[in-house]
Order: sequence, then C-alpha cells, then structure tokens
Amino acid sequence: MVTERGYQEVLMKVEQISIFLENKSGRLAEVTEILAKAAINIRALSLADTADFGILRLIVNTTEKAKAVLKEGGFTVGKTEVVAIEVPDRPGGLAGILRALKGEEINVEYMYAFVQKSGENAIIIFRFDDIEKAIEVLQKAGVRILKGEEVHAL
Amino acid sequence: MIWNEKMELMGRTGMRSVQSERLRKIVSYVYRNCPLYKAKFDSAGLKPSSVKVIGDIHTLPFTVKDDMRDSYPFGLFSAPVKKIKEIHVSSGTTGNPTVVGYTKDDIKLWSEAMARALCCAGAEPEDKIQIAYGYGLFTGGLGFHYGSLEMGLTIIPASSGQTKRQLKLMKDFKPRILACTPSYALYMADEAREMGLDPRESSWEIGIFGAEPWSESMRREIELTWNMLATDVYGLSEIIGPGVAQECRHKNGLHIWWDIFYPEVIHPETGRPLGEGEVGELVITTLTKRGIPLIRYRTRDNVSITYEKCKCGRTSPRISKIRGRTDDMIVVRGINVFPSQIEHVLLGIEGTQPHYQLIVDRKAGELDELEILVEVEEKIFSDEVKTMQTLSDRIKREISSILGISAKVKLVEPKTIERSEGKAKRVVDKRKL
Repeated sequence: MVTERGYQEVLMKVEQISIFLENKSGRLAEVTEILAKAAINIRALSLADTADFGILRLIVNTTEKAKAVLKEGGFTVGKTEVVAIEVPDRPGGLAGILRALKGEEINVEYMYAFVQKSGENAIIIFRFDDIEKAIEVLQKAGVRILKGEEVHAL
Repeated sequence: MIWNEKMELMGRTGMRSVQSERLRKIVSYVYRNCPLYKAKFDSAGLKPSSVKVIGDIHTLPFTVKDDMRDSYPFGLFSAPVKKIKEIHVSSGTTGNPTVVGYTKDDIKLWSEAMARALCCAGAEPEDKIQIAYGYGLFTGGLGFHYGSLEMGLTIIPASSGQTKRQLKLMKDFKPRILACTPSYALYMADEAREMGLDPRESSWEIGIFGAEPWSESMRREIELTWNMLATDVYGLSEIIGPGVAQECRHKNGLHIWWDIFYPEVIHPETGRPLGEGEVGELVITTLTKRGIPLIRYRTRDNVSITYEKCKCGRTSPRISKIRGRTDDMIVVRGINVFPSQIEHVLLGIEGTQPHYQLIVDRKAGELDELEILVEVEEKIFSDEVKTMQTLSDRIKREISSILGISAKVKLVEPKTIERSEGKAKRVVDKRKL
C-alpha cells in the first residue's frame, strides 16, 4: 500500500540517465547526435571524468525513449533517481540546504546545476545516498523540491 | 540414449583389439599415400609392419600444426584431392591457414561422431536444435548440422549472429537444444532481457557449448541465467571439427570416442606419456579418417584424462574441460597467464560477464605490461565514479593476487572487444619478441 507521504515522495523524484563513456574523442558528440535524431531534449547534464573513463548524467524530457535509443546505439545506460531542488539565488542559499542534510547524516554523492532558471531561483540536481530520507528531511526544512514531471517538462 | 551402443559400451579388451586393428590399417594407409608421413616414418627408422597393437602408438612420431601449415594446402592429405568432397579452412593468425579435407566417408564419420555427442548431451531423436555456430569454412555449424541430420533432429540452421532473430526463432519454434559458443550464450541473455524476455522461461533445456575454453563458473552462470543444462563439446578442425568429445548429463569430463579418435596425454616439453589424472597436452590419432588422417596430432590443448567408467554407462575415457590452450597461454614477465584465470576472477565479481581481453606489450628496454580490458555491461555500471573505480581496483587487486604480477585494468564500452564467429578474441600480444 502506498501511503500519502510515500506517494508524495515518488512524485518528488526525478529520473536521470547515466552513460558510460570511454575517454575517446567524439563519444559525447555521438550521444548528443543520437538524442537529437530521436528529438529528445536535454534538460540538465553533467560529466564526471577520470583518466580512463567518464560518466555522463542527463535529465531529458523522455527518459525511457532516451534510454532505448542510446542502448540501441551501443552505449551502456543506467537509470537513477535524483532530486531537483530550488535554491534561493542569494548568498548562503545552498549552505542552508546542506546544513539541513548534515544533521541527518545524509550524503550528497554528487550535484550539478540545472541549465535553466525557474523564476528567480537556481535549480540544483542532487544525488543522495538515501533519497527517501533526504526528501523527508528537505521537506521538513521547508526547502522547495521540484516534482519530477515539472523538471522533465521544463 | 546412447547412439552407438556397440562402440560406446564396449569393454576394454574388445576395444583394444578394435583400436589395434584400426591403428595397423591407418599407419600402413598414410605410409602408402602421404609422402610427408612416409618421410617422417623413414627418418625415424620405422616400418608400418612394426606397429602391431595399440600400445605401439608411443613409438610413432608426432604430427604438429606446423606440419599442416608447411604443407599448405594439400600436402598432408592422404586421399587424392578429387576424392575430397568438402574443404574447411581455419583462420591462421600467423602464416598459412589450416586446411582440412573430408572424403564422403569422412563426412559419415563426422556425422556419427556428432550424433554420439548430441545423444551424450541428452538429445532425443525428435528434438529441435538451434545451431548458432557459424556455417561456412568454420567447422562448427556444419558439424552440428551433419550430426543432427544423422540423429534425426529438426534443425534450425540459424548460424551465428543476429541475436534478435535467434531469440525470435527460439520463442516461436521452441527448440529444446541450443548449440553455440558459451560467450554467445551469455551475450544473448542480455539481449533477451532488453527485448523483455525472461531468459529463465526459454525453451532451451540443453546447451552444447564449445569452440572456446570456458570455466566452471561460466557454466554456473549460464545454467542459472537460462535455466538449462550447459554441456561442453570439444573438437578441432584438424581432427574432424566439433564432436571429438562431449559431456554427458553428469558433467564430469568429456567422453572421447576412442574407437575413432585415440587420445593420449603427454608432457608438452618432453613428449613423455603422462598417467591418468596428470595434466598435459592432448594428443589424438584419427583411427579411421581417410582424407587427412593424423597420427599423434598435438592439439596444444591442456587436459587430464580418466579411464574410470562413467555413471552414464559409457566405457570411453573422459578428458577434463580444456584447461587453457597452450597457444592461448601467454608468458608475461616469465609467468604463465591463461585467459581462464582472468575469467575466473571476473565471474567471481558479482554480475560481471566475461567480455574481456588481455593485452601484453613491452616498451623498449622495459618490462612486459599486462592490460586487461573489461567491457562495462549494464549490470556493473553505476552513475557514481567512485563505484566504478572501486570495481576497477577490485578486479586489479584480485588479478594481481592470482597471477602474482600486477596488471592494468581498463573499463571499456560494450562491444569494443573484437569478436569473430561469436568467439571473443581473448589475447593480443603486441610485443615484438
């Protein structure tokens, strides 16, 4: 049975796809070509890289379709859930959010900024080690979390 | 069922007399018909008449792969080329490819050997078989085809590749038997899941896997993934192709049809015959082949042999799973490295599938470097850099501890490792020695 709170949490999650890339020239271009051909729009992205490989993380308008076309293109694709948070665009905006998490021992695995702004505030994507608990804590602290459907449709 | 009860259940004494008679005949046949063998015998001071019983086989000279390459294309044939009805060629990585020719009787012999193998794996005469070994110059596809025809199976000659089509054929026609390389069987499971099929629900109950060495851990992985019995088939084109030896459902060694392919295990350096259970190089004499019979052919495959009777009732000896090919083995900084050792490490790491490649290189004046490429499949992929680095470090650590030398591990994108006939190329040696 899904409780009302559990249901709210589901809505708060954003689907992110991740792609394994070798550090070879042209691989990133290939990903964007495949997405362009399938008329998929990229909402946010970040690339983490090491000496040997990189991991590209994307939020797109149609997650399942993006996953399918990239797999067909021969890429290893994963799907994870992240949280999109509206951060006040003023000094201390981000600090306040991280402070709330620190007390609850929730770790941020990584984070990156959204490419667009919603009104006056910045949007930051967070990947937590414990997403359920993070959502609960952030909501209690009065932080505005964007719903998944809002983010994918932005 | 047992395909040839007379030969497969024959007692030791009867078998010795069958083998002795066949050995006498084949020795005199090659001496009369193949100049290369006549020269080998003459230079060893041997007369065919000195071979009387099967035990005399130890006095005969070996045949090696280079004898075939050097006599390219037809120099080792005993039958005149016009009597040869089919020719197969195996790709040579160095120098000339290996050419083998079959007379009409040899095709019958091959059909018989493969029919025995199919029955040994558990095939019943009305089963359907999906043959996903390559058809063509490679012996895999046609060998299974001839044996299946002989046995009366319904054949789906799918050949290798086109995985989606393979899976559709399986889903629609429901064959009970699958024949392909073990790495392809695992590869197909990924594709099946992507198509929304549950591999455990497949119609395949028995798999007959060969053409490349594979480990017990790989067998468990295939059996669990596909919910099938995974059996090992052995063969090499020089001897006949697939069907030289095959596991029964007890999976405790591969039965070798010793009335037609007489096995010995020797020490690879001294050539001395080894005892039961000792690991050495497998040597085979084709007792009845006509086109290109081989006397004491050195297979370069490492096995041990047992003569104990199997629970299935067959009296033939059994060879162990191939413990690496002597020419697959690479020596890195003086250490023998077998691809199967790497496979073992990878399979021990949960969810890792064995698509890997060893690359050895040596820069001028420096030590050998061993690099292992591992394809990142969805199962082991994570969106977090540290998880991927932990995985890579773990593979590196375990490989170093097993081999005793350090290796670099490089994670690569899927399908970057070259494959031919569904066989992954496991070793690349870039050293200029």
